[in-house]
Amino acid sequence: MIDTDPQPAVVAETTKISVRKLNAYFDKFRAVKDIDLDIPEKRVTAMIGPSGCGKSTFLRCLNRMHEQTPGARAEGAVTLDGIDVYDRKIDPVRLRRQVGMVFQKPNPFPTMSIRQNVLAGHTLNGLKVKAPNEVVEQTLRAVALWDEVKDKLDQSGMSLSGGQQQRLCIARVLAVEPEVILLDEPCSALDPIATARIEELIDELKERYTLVLVTHNMQQAARVSDYTAFFYLGDLIEFDRTERIFTNPQVSRTEDYVTGKFG
Amino acid sequence: MSQVEELPVPEVTSDRATPAGSRDAMRAAPIGSPTGDRAFRGVMTLFGLTILAVPAMMVAQLVRTSQLSLAKFGLSFLTSSTWDPVHQQFGAWPFIYGTVLSSLLALVIAVPVSIGLAIFLSDLAPSRLRKPLGFLVELLAAIPSVVYGFWGIFVLVPALRESVEPLIIKYLGSIPFFEGPPLGFGMLAAGVILAIMIVPTITSITREVLKAVPDTHREAAIGLGATPWDTIRYAVLPAARSGIVGAIILGLNRALGETMAVTMVIGNRPKAAASILAPGYSMASVIANEFAEADSDLYLSALAEMALLLLCVALVMNLMARWLVAMTKNRMGGTA
Ligand SMILES: Nc1ncnc2c1ncn2[C@@H]1O[C@H](COP(=O)(O)OP(=O)(O)O)[C@@H](O)[C@H]1O
Ligand SMILES: [Mg+2]
Repeated sequence: MIDTDPQPAVVAETTKISVRKLNAYFDKFRAVKDIDLDIPEKRVTAMIGPSGCGKSTFLRCLNRMHEQTPGARAEGAVTLDGIDVYDRKIDPVRLRRQVGMVFQKPNPFPTMSIRQNVLAGHTLNGLKVKAPNEVVEQTLRAVALWDEVKDKLDQSGMSLSGGQQQRLCIARVLAVEPEVILLDEPCSALDPIATARIEELIDELKERYTLVLVTHNMQQAARVSDYTAFFYLGDLIEFDRTERIFTNPQVSRTEDYVTGKFG
Repeated sequence: MSQVEELPVPEVTSDRATPAGSRDAMRAAPIGSPTGDRAFRGVMTLFGLTILAVPAMMVAQLVRTSQLSLAKFGLSFLTSSTWDPVHQQFGAWPFIYGTVLSSLLALVIAVPVSIGLAIFLSDLAPSRLRKPLGFLVELLAAIPSVVYGFWGIFVLVPALRESVEPLIIKYLGSIPFFEGPPLGFGMLAAGVILAIMIVPTITSITREVLKAVPDTHREAAIGLGATPWDTIRYAVLPAARSGIVGAIILGLNRALGETMAVTMVIGNRPKAAASILAPGYSMASVIANEFAEADSDLYLSALAEMALLLLCVALVMNLMARWLVAMTKNRMGGTA
């Protein structure tokens, strides 16, 4: 933030989401401060930083989930394919179908079966599915869950393991065919094996989707992301290609963080 | 929600790791004094038994007192519509009918209102209004029923007589359920006043239940592009279902047992009329009204049997409500 370059350091990429002067508040408290950031299309962009530095808040501004919290508001511009998502004419409900979200704790709908969970986005939006069985199979295959659950599609989503539940939640997002998927520490409640499978999945998904991944696990960011943004106390300290952030950071605070000196 | 998510709390919901295991461990090697533990368990068991003993004693007493009436009228006590203390003829049908109908009317009115209100208070109202409005609802639950009764006599009954009932008669009067003169006092008044009394109960419990539905359910739905209403319908209400049923059953129980307010507006006529505009009588009301003047053993015994019957009616309606829920749940696979 010392050498603030107004044009973030992304070269030769198509920008999917462009963030300018974004500020996010909880009542008077400013949790995210003057963020400028371009998120490239069909890449994995990771947000790292110590707890409470505003990663989740920033992420939730991208699909306007932030304003769901009582007393919370955001200022600034977030454009998706050049369209300002904070424009009065934009319906946040529609936006969220384009920008899907996966949460920290797997949260399948407990009263729905596995199949119903996959189709939940359609049910919730009152959309008719032409070939529901195909959608279910295709989506569950995309998250590598099909073989494990194909014989128990009518059981509750809660009957699955944590890792399977999280993949079901990703399937649920994929089923509504979004363009961007926001993942807020999707592996923090999972064991290492389940984590590895989600990471593999993220790697596959980036062929078709733009992914934004919040993680407090630096190794994870290094493993799966193409770009990394380092947040500290609500500021965006540094944003660059992931290998540069981890091998040759420009700001000393980033270096301290990625080398484990603090955080 | 966001600041909570960083806390390094292990998954509380996972029932694998800690609870079962640690309970076994404690049983194997008791920490603290075993005698203290035994004493504690003894006292708690005693409390538990009291909970069973008190109703058992009450039922035993009622059964004993109602022997006379049971012997004399047998099953016809349930079906007979004659309530004639002068000629010592007692039948409970009009009262059973009055209690059940007024309570059902109350539910029909109160349940949609309460659930709507609870949804508003938990999810839709501006956050500044939620607390004061919720407090207000709880305050309503604290109003003594005789006060509701007074309000019923001086406000509700005249309003029904002069504006509501004439309209009902004009448009629906050809249906037996709605025929008759607009008296004000009657089954409808009792149903409405009971509804008003149970709305706070059902609302405040439902609101708590809705608030207890984890925000992650709501976020899951909102994150998928659901409107606020669809979020409530598909993500919140199904998860809160059994709690809401519990709230409704508590409301029903209050309606079934309510005496004072009902007595003041139901009309107190021992007749089972088809029309909800006609006056009726309830089991609780007749017991309260006539107990003091019950001048014969048989009269007293009939009233005791009425109390016993009220208990049974409450039990049956509770079981039916639960059964109804179990049925719909199975049919719908637990989902909307
Ligand atoms: N609902 C909330 N109300 C008030 N403050 C909040 C809320 N959620 C988060 N915050 C605050 O905003 C800051 C950023 O939080 P968050 O975005 O969750 O951080 P991160 O995800 O990076 O750990 C923290 O200081 C946190 O305490
Ligand atoms: Mg977070």
